[in-house]
Amino acid sequence: MDVRYINAFVRSISNTCETMCQLPVTVGKPQIKSNEGPGTDVSGVIGFSGDAAGCVVLHFSFDVASRLATKFAGIEITPDHEDFADAIGELANMVAGGAKAQFDGLDISISLPNVIVGENHNVSASRIAPRIVIPCDTQIGQFHVEIGMEIGKPKSLASAETQGAAS
Amino acid sequence: MKIMLVDDSRTIRNIQKNVLKQLGYEDIVDAEDGVIALQKYNEQIPDLMIIDWNMPNMDGITLIRKIREINKTIPMIMCTTEAEKSRVLEAIKAGVNNYIVKPFTAESLNEKLTQTLAKTGLSQATPPAPASA
Repeated sequence: MDVRYINAFVRSISNTCETMCQLPVTVGKPQIKSNEGPGTDVSGVIGFSGDAAGCVVLHFSFDVASRLATKFAGIEITPDHEDFADAIGELANMVAGGAKAQFDGLDISISLPNVIVGENHNVSASRIAPRIVIPCDTQIGQFHVEIGMEIGKPKSLASAETQGAAS
Repeated sequence: MKIMLVDDSRTIRNIQKNVLKQLGYEDIVDAEDGVIALQKYNEQIPDLMIIDWNMPNMDGITLIRKIREINKTIPMIMCTTEAEKSRVLEAIKAGVNNYIVKPFTAESLNEKLTQTLAKTGLSQATPPAPASA
């Protein structure tokens, strides 16, 4: 996966957390996921389709997800609150949408959010590999963002190549 | 002034409601998708609408086109994660008066609302006075 696209997610994570939650994020070095590793408790999933196909998943512990949702909503939101999944899903939506907007020349659609809540679960890998993990550290705790995506060529580049081949 | 908020996220609708109430707008109705918004529109006749793009059942762009068929003048603001220029142009073509990209701040919501009301000639609310000690 091109580093430009990974950086688009890094910028979007920071922008979303700082704008909606007043929460600065220290983003660690993105890594290729080598195995499933330990599970997480809350996952916000957004699918990508079109010129980029795959998904982005925000992974949290119950504690960090609750704190983040509380900062986002401005009211206390625990995992049993009726708006808990809604808040996490909307944050995932903003991270995905913010990154998508930086994918110049690509026609991409994003899905409505899905949120998985359950102690120590894994979100199974799709056929798309490798998966990139972006570790995020904040004053309310750590979380990570996982990206598994195949990205097509920007239309402008593909068009230029076609024209070059034809001439 | 009656404002209708249309977004499938209740958290977002609540955030928007809180901002609008701080600005002095008290008469607020909401809907979780385009279908419900269209039903409520006919019952409530809002003066302004703030509409998300990606929603189940009926998305925001379809809702805007349907509202414009029956009301050419109601101010509509799109509030969405869809930030690409092509999407903004599509929304303008459909009939929105202004556009807010999520994530948004209270200030940016206020700014776009003020711009929209100024353009369309509707009067702004007066923010409530701070409570005295």
